[in-house]
Amino acid sequence: MDQVKERTQPKGNRIKVLGRLLKLVLTTSPWMLVVSIITIVLAAASAVIGSLFIERLIDTYVTPLLHEKVPNYGPLLNAILVMLGIYAIGFISNYLFSMLMGVLAQKVQFRVRNETFAHMESLPIAYFDQNNYGDIMSRYTNDIDTLMQMISQSLPQFLNSALSLIFVIVAMFSLSWQLTLFSFIIFALSFGIVRFLTIKSSYYFKVQQNKLGQINGYNEEMLNGLKVIKVFSHEPEAEEGFDKFNEELRGASGKANTYATILFPIMGNMGNLLYVLIAFIGGAAAINGWAPLTLGAIASFLQLSRQFSMPIAQISQQLNSIVLALAGAQRIFALEDEPSEIDNGDVIMSPNQEVKNSWYWDVPEKNGDIKKVPIKGHIVFDHVNFSYVPEHQILYDININAKPGMKVALVGETGAGKTTISNMLNRFYEIQSGKITYDGVPISQIRKNDLRHSLSIVLQETHLFTGTIMDNIRFGKPDASDDEVYQAARLAHADEFIHELDDGYETVIDGDGGDLSQGQMQLLSIARAMIADEPVMILDEATSSIDTRTERMVQAGMDNLLAGRTSFVIAHRLSTIVNSDLILVLDHGHIIERGTHEELLKQKGYYYELYTGKKELD
Amino acid sequence: MVNELRKSIRQYKKLSLTSPVLVAGEALIEMLIPYLVGILIDRGIMKGNMGYINKWGLILFVLTLISLALGASASYVSAHAAAGFAANLRKDMFYHIQDFSFSNIDKFSSASLVTRLTTDVTNVQNAYQMLIRIAVRAPLMLVFSIIMSIIISPRLSLIFVVIAPIFVLILALIIKSAYPYFPRIFRGYDAMNQDVRENIRGIREVKTYVQEEAQIEKFEKSSGFIYKLFSTAQKIMSLNALVVMAVLNISTLAICWFGAKEIVGGSLQTGQLVSMFSYSNSVLFSLNILAMITTQLVISEASGKRIAAVLTEKPAIENPRKPLKDVTNGDIIFDHVNFKYSPDEKHYALEDINLHITPGETIGIIGETGSSKSTLVSMIPRLYDVTSGAVRVAGHNVKSYELKALRDKVAMVLQKNVLFSGTVEENLKWGNENATHEEVVVAAKVAHADGFIREMPDGYNTMIEQGGNNVSGGQKQRLTIARALLKNPEILILDDSTSAVDTTTEREIRESLAKDMPHTTKIIISQRVVSIKDADRIIVMEHGKIQAIGTHEELMKTNELYRSIAKFQEENNAGE
Repeated sequence: MDQVKERTQPKGNRIKVLGRLLKLVLTTSPWMLVVSIITIVLAAASAVIGSLFIERLIDTYVTPLLHEKVPNYGPLLNAILVMLGIYAIGFISNYLFSMLMGVLAQKVQFRVRNETFAHMESLPIAYFDQNNYGDIMSRYTNDIDTLMQMISQSLPQFLNSALSLIFVIVAMFSLSWQLTLFSFIIFALSFGIVRFLTIKSSYYFKVQQNKLGQINGYNEEMLNGLKVIKVFSHEPEAEEGFDKFNEELRGASGKANTYATILFPIMGNMGNLLYVLIAFIGGAAAINGWAPLTLGAIASFLQLSRQFSMPIAQISQQLNSIVLALAGAQRIFALEDEPSEIDNGDVIMSPNQEVKNSWYWDVPEKNGDIKKVPIKGHIVFDHVNFSYVPEHQILYDININAKPGMKVALVGETGAGKTTISNMLNRFYEIQSGKITYDGVPISQIRKNDLRHSLSIVLQETHLFTGTIMDNIRFGKPDASDDEVYQAARLAHADEFIHELDDGYETVIDGDGGDLSQGQMQLLSIARAMIADEPVMILDEATSSIDTRTERMVQAGMDNLLAGRTSFVIAHRLSTIVNSDLILVLDHGHIIERGTHEELLKQKGYYYELYTGKKELD
Repeated sequence: MVNELRKSIRQYKKLSLTSPVLVAGEALIEMLIPYLVGILIDRGIMKGNMGYINKWGLILFVLTLISLALGASASYVSAHAAAGFAANLRKDMFYHIQDFSFSNIDKFSSASLVTRLTTDVTNVQNAYQMLIRIAVRAPLMLVFSIIMSIIISPRLSLIFVVIAPIFVLILALIIKSAYPYFPRIFRGYDAMNQDVRENIRGIREVKTYVQEEAQIEKFEKSSGFIYKLFSTAQKIMSLNALVVMAVLNISTLAICWFGAKEIVGGSLQTGQLVSMFSYSNSVLFSLNILAMITTQLVISEASGKRIAAVLTEKPAIENPRKPLKDVTNGDIIFDHVNFKYSPDEKHYALEDINLHITPGETIGIIGETGSSKSTLVSMIPRLYDVTSGAVRVAGHNVKSYELKALRDKVAMVLQKNVLFSGTVEENLKWGNENATHEEVVVAAKVAHADGFIREMPDGYNTMIEQGGNNVSGGQKQRLTIARALLKNPEILILDDSTSAVDTTTEREIRESLAKDMPHTTKIIISQRVVSIKDADRIIVMEHGKIQAIGTHEELMKTNELYRSIAKFQEENNAGE
């Protein structure tokens, strides 16, 4: 969706993005930017003055010396020292702006990264469900990198080249307007060629990128399935498919790189061509007296003529990378402009001073008083309807009364709406009509952070975070003591395998879990929920296919976790839910059957068919 | 490394060699031009000789055009040679990977192989293109411009002798002090990306545990680390600009000063002085480019090594010299088989396995995770080679068969299975590409896949998405079974292949297999006792050893481990 929008972005939009980007750069460090711009101007000016100096050198200092009997080198030495000063300003300026812009680029990146990340954390779950992982990720990698490229290189070089070009043209005019006008023909020609080449090369780079993506996708599929390929002796077919993509990539890559590198010899030689033509025409003009040209002027002009072809090539190339960076910036800004989760709740959680681990909802009354409602975990769904998109309703008239300590099971096919119900409860999504109450308080009035603090969740696919095992368990309660962590791990039956790890609780794992098995990760996630110790639990397909021994442990951990809590269990294996206090069978967003295991078996309906294996949950 | 990569140049050798020749020509002309312009000025313009100006002007014009043509074709040639070389590298790697055995595959993760095939090859491609073009051009320019300036004025050239070494030394120092920052910065990037990845993937956890602020703090630490290091590296690298410009300017002034004296002394002409400026530019720019090339090459060296590591990986299993081409029956013998995954490992994954399975027999295998159930059956289609002992199929050691012949007759449905993008029928035909539609349907029926395939939008022509995401777990398993059945194998191995299929359907699949393939040896690995209890014999695995063999009834009586698994499952899994 996003990408399609970008491709059709109007030019005016680009200017807006550029403005916003420049503002960002300016506000990050105004003095760095100002100093950089001044130094860029100084650097460009000093380069041109340097070239002009050569004229003065020959005409003013060297030629007169030829006629003196005892040459006086004093004025020449003076001039050289003055030049040294001007050059010094030039190279120091050069250093300053490349250093400042480099550091500024880092500063901007640092700021953009932090802002983007902080904003991302505030986005509603819907954003993550609707945008794929790679797409969000690439804003942090590719898009932010193009910003650095642009700020540290493209912008200063663009400015520098543009200024150099202007100075060179001015200087040329000051030497000889006739030769300058003549040079303009070559200027125009060069610019045309350069634009053509850079546009071509960026087109073929896109093609190359595209083909690279294709071969990447193919490789990914084939290498992930490599063992299957071996088992089926399917190697020749895999190779054949590869050859096709590889050949296409080779062609595109050859073209892209040709256009990219051909620019240099062409621009270099265009410069040479101008050099030769000016020597030729200037020489002829000087001899025939067509124009008032001195030898020194021609020499200077020659030097200047070499200086203009490179800025032209630079400007054209930097234009491309600036456009690229703008596309990246736009994608980053799009993320930053996504609306954050809305939270209007004013009911907050407050601890009961007398009893440990006991909490109140503080409900503000109209008269300004605060009503204290003890948190027990009584959840009621009252005629709840919901749809992600208006035309496609997901939940129809859901009514659930989960009293404190009850185990409520949700059963149904994929897409029946089981997970959606849990999304309603923790307000990852907002219900459309009806009401959900928590101990009688409508959850829409509870501050989101507090509502979520009062719920724990264990998901089928466990996500851990880089850090030690200890950190990961503590995730559920950051201020937990070490003993609390050990206690939670023991209750979750995770203690045993943790001790077998090299560094026990201090073993560092990364987000993908590293060497931990799926079952072990699940145990950790149970421990995490255990330490959070909330009155309401959501288990979303928490037992998946794990081996019997681990399953026994997970089961035992689970039972400990659920004891005394209100729980919502979404299960694939019916075995885990037969002992529920209430089983809700969902079908296409409707609750079609409800009751205990025994009651439902007696009904001989959908649940009965599932239980006896006549129907399959897929 | 270089030797290994060089083999992939092949048909692009000619192009690769043409490029330096073209580049040399271009560089030579480019260096001649300032010299000739000097002549034009001194002999033509200074002396007011229009004939000279016309003659040398024309020569210069033609030379420039030639140089343009040479330079442009060098770009074309080098880009295509490098792209071709890269394509060969990818091809060689991909083909070589296809020869990998399972133990080779285990060594490289598929994600790392994908990176090697793309990012690393692109790095090497860029380096190669640089090598046959700029890396030839820069030193040539350097040598030519030094020669030319010596021709013009040996004494003025002395300036380069003094300045060049200082210049190179300073550049080397800058590169050397900035270089160590980069590996640390890259590691910083990895850590930061990991933070982002975890937060996108685990956003539900972050939000339910209200950990946003802690995560933001953690992220700011990672991004701050990069900011600090990169800024420092930037500051050092910027010195480069300072040095290049300073040295360039100082040598220009030095040439001015000494050149003026030479002119006054009569040993140098004005035009020659102008040429000297050009050459001093060239000398310093070439040196700068050389420094740049060196850093680039160092960076791409790591990529080259990673590619070479794939290319030099020796396939652990290869076809025998005179292979047997047919497996005649499903008889399997394990004779004192020991196995470990790598020689350095202390523990054997399989220890002293002795087993005889007769054709048509149905064998169940059960055991905890890590008891080597899958390892045991992997020996039969020779996915791994035994460390000692022997595995025999139909009376012959598996090592004496042609791999394709063996694996066609020993069909194995892997635990971690995949479907490929393509239609359902195309996927099933992996088992036998010559199968007719009718044969495909028969296999699908045996695997109880025919029913749901027909319900799919385009039946057998329904497209399977990459990774098989548009079919459910149970459906995927049944498709992979059907795919294996199409091989019409002598031995069929199902490695936990029906875990997501409901118990009723699973039983029906087992019954069809027994009925339709009576002579095929069937080996079924499962976590569930109910899936294997009807087998002729059941093997209980524990820690890489066969703990017991027997029928369900026998094991229930005699084997404690088996009984405890069965009892637990009966209590908990009733109704599945």
